[in-house]
Amino acid sequence: MAEPLLEVRGLAAGYGPFQVLHGIDIEVRVGEIVAVLGANGVGKTTLNRALSGLIPARAGTIMFAGRDITLGRHDAIVRAGLIHVPEGRRVFPDLSVRENLLLGAYLRGRATRDASMERVLGIFPRLRERLRQHAGSLSGGEQQMLAIGRGLMANPTLLILDEPSLGLSPLLTEELFTLITRLHAEGLSILLVEQNVMQSLAIAGRAYVIEHGRVALCGPAASLAEDPRLRAAYLGL
Amino acid sequence: MSEILAAALVNGLLTGGVYALVALGLTLIYGVLHIVNFAHGALLMVGMFGAWMLATHLGLSPYAAVPVMTLAMFGFGWALYRFVIGRVSRGEDRALLLATLGVSIVLENAALIAFSGDMRQLQTDLTFAVWEMGPLLLSVPRLISFAVAVAMAGLLWALMSRTDTGRAIRAVAREPEGARLMGIRPDRMFALAYGIGVACLGAAACLLLPTFYVSPNVGDTFVLVAFTIVVLGGMGSFPGALIGGLLIGVTESLGGLLLGESLGPICISVVFIAVLLLRPTGLFGAAR
Repeated sequence: MAEPLLEVRGLAAGYGPFQVLHGIDIEVRVGEIVAVLGANGVGKTTLNRALSGLIPARAGTIMFAGRDITLGRHDAIVRAGLIHVPEGRRVFPDLSVRENLLLGAYLRGRATRDASMERVLGIFPRLRERLRQHAGSLSGGEQQMLAIGRGLMANPTLLILDEPSLGLSPLLTEELFTLITRLHAEGLSILLVEQNVMQSLAIAGRAYVIEHGRVALCGPAASLAEDPRLRAAYLGL
Repeated sequence: MSEILAAALVNGLLTGGVYALVALGLTLIYGVLHIVNFAHGALLMVGMFGAWMLATHLGLSPYAAVPVMTLAMFGFGWALYRFVIGRVSRGEDRALLLATLGVSIVLENAALIAFSGDMRQLQTDLTFAVWEMGPLLLSVPRLISFAVAVAMAGLLWALMSRTDTGRAIRAVAREPEGARLMGIRPDRMFALAYGIGVACLGAAACLLLPTFYVSPNVGDTFVLVAFTIVVLGGMGSFPGALIGGLLIGVTESLGGLLLGESLGPICISVVFIAVLLLRPTGLFGAAR
């Protein structure tokens, strides 16, 4: 069994008086795709924001690549190789596609940046055609590619994808999942946070189902896909 | 008649260069960061008093003081954002507006206490120097400030569009959360950009000193014009601030010549409205 890359123990987080996560345990091992599933508002995005240092953890520990990053600042976490591609893409609308990608490598030296750019443009040929266009003028699918491409520019060890299929057509969603499989095959570890349950389980090795800020179910993706409790948990019945 | 027109045109361009100097810092702070910087005029005043004191106490010519004041004002602007404006506002627009207004009131009244309300003029060797070009007489200090305005616009443009720091500043202005996920720290970028904008005022202050009076409310002369230029030129566009400044300078000068002192300033508003009617994003503004 591969060594653990991300180990989350008893993580609690929230906003002001609202506690959203009540003690979450999650693990991602090197080379895995792990899916985190759950309905709207169960705390998936809060989990991602806590992992990437955008909001502070109120309790628990986050170990990443052997280091304790629980209290780490967002830039230190990026530098450690944990890259979060957020829900809603959050590309820089009035910067060009090229500038968006360059900023993905903001904390890296210029030396390795051009090679990463070539690699990302190889994965997303459509971005190459649009390099000089403002990111705000791209379609939703292209913006999602740009957001993932920008994340890859940071040379991640672990890539967190938050609802990447949100707002994409079924065809584009299909393309996206193929892409995630391809990145995984190239050795990237991925934490995939999705509402698209069956497609996520099809490509993930293991999965966690979150309910009311707690892990309700976890296990190998293949067995979870057939678990009747999944449907119950997911629909909140 | 044509000579008078030509003289008015050239004088307008030279005054416009001065306006552009003041507007360049503002297009960074207001146009890029979207901070309505009410303190802009007061900060210009601080720069002018700084340069004036360097000249009267240390005998440093305002031109030699340009690097000193640029650096000093960068530090002042950076600290002002880092410890006052940023803290008070926590990134909220309304609070930012009030914070900069508060800073301007404090600075202007501090200057009134320290220097009284008198107007002071610094006489330098260059103050009345003119350069004869055919029938035209060009004020040498204004020519210098014109040249510096052009150079500064170019430098700022290069900084903002060709460096990682410039890109990061533009990125945090519109999408701070996305920027944080790239490891960019928005608070730092805002303080840095505010500092750079105020540094421009430091240079502008030195260049204005030979031909303008200094008083605690000297900033008022420039600040409204500077806001007009920033919007006219296109928010956040440095070529826009330069061309906008020149256009306003020329309009003011020709307007004054043709319509007289009292009606002339109307022309600025007419040009402003006309430009925005034809190009709502300003001369060089990007379509959103």
